[in-house]
Amino acid sequence: MVEKTVVGIIISAIAFGTVYTLTPVLIKALSKRNLVVRDYNRIGGAMVPRPGGPSILAGILASELTLYAFFPSVEVLAIIITTSIAFLVGLADDRKVLGGWFKPLALAGSAIPIILLGAYFPPHLEFPLFGYVKIPELYLALIIIIVSITGNTINSIDVLNGVASGFMTIASFALTISLFIVHNYDIALASLPLGFVSLAFYKYHKFPSKMFPGDSGALTLGAMYGTISIVGHVEIIAAVALLPAVINSFLFLSSVKRIIEHRQIKANPIVHTEDFKLMATTDKNAPITLVRLILANGPMTEKEVGFVIFRLALFSAILAIITSFMMGIKI
Amino acid sequence: MKDTPIFAYIFLMWILIIAGGSLLVTIIAPISITGFGEFDHLLDSGIKALVAILLVVVWIFIMSKIKNWIFHKQIRH
Repeated sequence: MVEKTVVGIIISAIAFGTVYTLTPVLIKALSKRNLVVRDYNRIGGAMVPRPGGPSILAGILASELTLYAFFPSVEVLAIIITTSIAFLVGLADDRKVLGGWFKPLALAGSAIPIILLGAYFPPHLEFPLFGYVKIPELYLALIIIIVSITGNTINSIDVLNGVASGFMTIASFALTISLFIVHNYDIALASLPLGFVSLAFYKYHKFPSKMFPGDSGALTLGAMYGTISIVGHVEIIAAVALLPAVINSFLFLSSVKRIIEHRQIKANPIVHTEDFKLMATTDKNAPITLVRLILANGPMTEKEVGFVIFRLALFSAILAIITSFMMGIKI
Repeated sequence: MKDTPIFAYIFLMWILIIAGGSLLVTIIAPISITGFGEFDHLLDSGIKALVAILLVVVWIFIMSKIKNWIFHKQIRH
């Protein structure tokens, strides 16, 4: 146990340190090549470098490979491969705007290594209070769906400065705590880098953003989260911690009624006041999103909206931890 | 607190997840199909998958109704 604690500290430091030191270098390199996008919510529309995915992936790979060197396992290998493929999917989308169906399908493909490596055994789904269901064939389909959903869900919440990385920090630490509670120490260890990578990136992503994660960053974080939930057998707990982002996707899909890219939306759900606060639009064609619901109470600054989302994430994180305690109770 | 409806919505989603899990584990999981020889396992999995998908559809329908009910004021806004 002492050895695992030491390795946990080492990989956490590597994950945090890699992203913390590499991101400023990436910001300079991207700015030099003019790989920047406009931040429409900022007065004057500042140009922000994108994507931050490469530094996020570097942090994940450096820490997970170190963990693999100490404790080799197919689960860690599955996390490394699936996350890397998800990064490539996101990078392709960062470079060239692809169709609405591309990301869900490509992310579904990125989950295949989990199946090929057999990192999902035993194929059952555990529920709080009532035990588990054995679903050998159905579970394979579930693996594909989970990675696709978590990747796209995190990507869809990446709408304001710092929200995706801050939200991911809260959700992934809740997942790590839950994994410890259900005594899955090996995967808890493997999940630590996700929280620390997100936390380090938040430093540059928070309002006012110095860098955007882009699709490559958001999909990398989301896919890794989904993979950890599968190999750690905490799918339900992971879903609970992700509820605010799930609500955002659900509201969006139920109002546009089809899978489309955010860039394809004709009417923006938020507009600006004269003093550049965010305000919910009155346009009936605009989709309903979590941010629009938050702003329905009145105009707020971007930073204030971000903190409301973080409060919702904390609430879900608490529910996820309660759920993990409930896993130990059987009725 | 102004954001109470969103917190309430998250809480209701959580309750529905636990309720859905109880249905799956106590009612659907014990279903066992026999009498079809080598197809028993396939039919068994197929029916369970179908019921699971049906449950997801019902879950989405309920969440949609609750959404309209809780966020009535916001959506109208």
